[in-house]
Amino acid sequence: MESIGIIVAFWALAVTTVGAALGVLVSRNLLHAIFFLITSFLGMAGLFITLSADFIAAAQVLIYAGAISVLLVFAMMLTPLASRDNANSLYLAPGALAGLGLAAIVGFVAVDTPWAELAGSTLAERSFPDTVRTIGAQLIGRYVLAFELASVLLLFALIGAVVLVHDRAAERGAAAAAEEAGTGPREEAT
Amino acid sequence: MTLSVDLAHYMAVSGLVFGIGVTVALGKRNAIAVLMGIELMLNAVNLLLIAFARFGEAFAGAGEAIAGHTFVVFVLTVAAAEAAVVLAMAVLVYRRRETVELDRINLMRW
Repeated sequence: MESIGIIVAFWALAVTTVGAALGVLVSRNLLHAIFFLITSFLGMAGLFITLSADFIAAAQVLIYAGAISVLLVFAMMLTPLASRDNANSLYLAPGALAGLGLAAIVGFVAVDTPWAELAGSTLAERSFPDTVRTIGAQLIGRYVLAFELASVLLLFALIGAVVLVHDRAAERGAAAAAEEAGTGPREEAT
Repeated sequence: MTLSVDLAHYMAVSGLVFGIGVTVALGKRNAIAVLMGIELMLNAVNLLLIAFARFGEAFAGAGEAIAGHTFVVFVLTVAAAEAAVVLAMAVLVYRRRETVELDRINLMRW
């Protein structure tokens, strides 16, 4: 990676990503924490672009910054009486210790391992002419079983989420009210 | 130090984000915040997979051009499914207990 642009982009995106992740940890408002999380996701998508992973970056923006963050905001708005102060639990200190330890281990491995020797001559830049085509070919070629399992998993997650939040008591109440009024559907509402 | 960006830099960023994710997941009281920590951890792992797919040509076999990218697609899938189910559970718990704070969900405490 010789070009100066990619170095500047890496440092800017790395600072954005890590700083926004820290913001999730320290912000005193759950909604602000969600916005910090979205910022972190977008910075991570930029880091994917610097690694020439264009499809993954687009998927990251669509799925994480688009879908999952909206789900988080929905869940927060659907729990209006819960506290919004993003409070820490008693496990903050052990959690911070574990997090620091894991980060230190990964950092030590990153610094200590002679990647240039392991990877042959150098950690050379590698051209990805067509990541989308390659990913698609792998998905329906070698990894087709995992692909099918992932689709089944998504279907079951969809059905499970609908079944979990389905409010049977409210539906019974509505059906009973409709029946009392004499206008409701009698056979359908069981 | 030469002015370049290597695998080690991406590994350091990934480790930092993973550590922050662990801290958030263990140290927050709200179930939604805990889920945010888990998403941060998954993101860090994705970054590491992409970085190795980019730099680690010598680690991969000949036919495995960018298998790391394909793996990230599966991680994204599982993350989306997990987020949907966990948030549905949070809404369900809230409906019964009017809270999503994990240390107040103690129905099974003896």
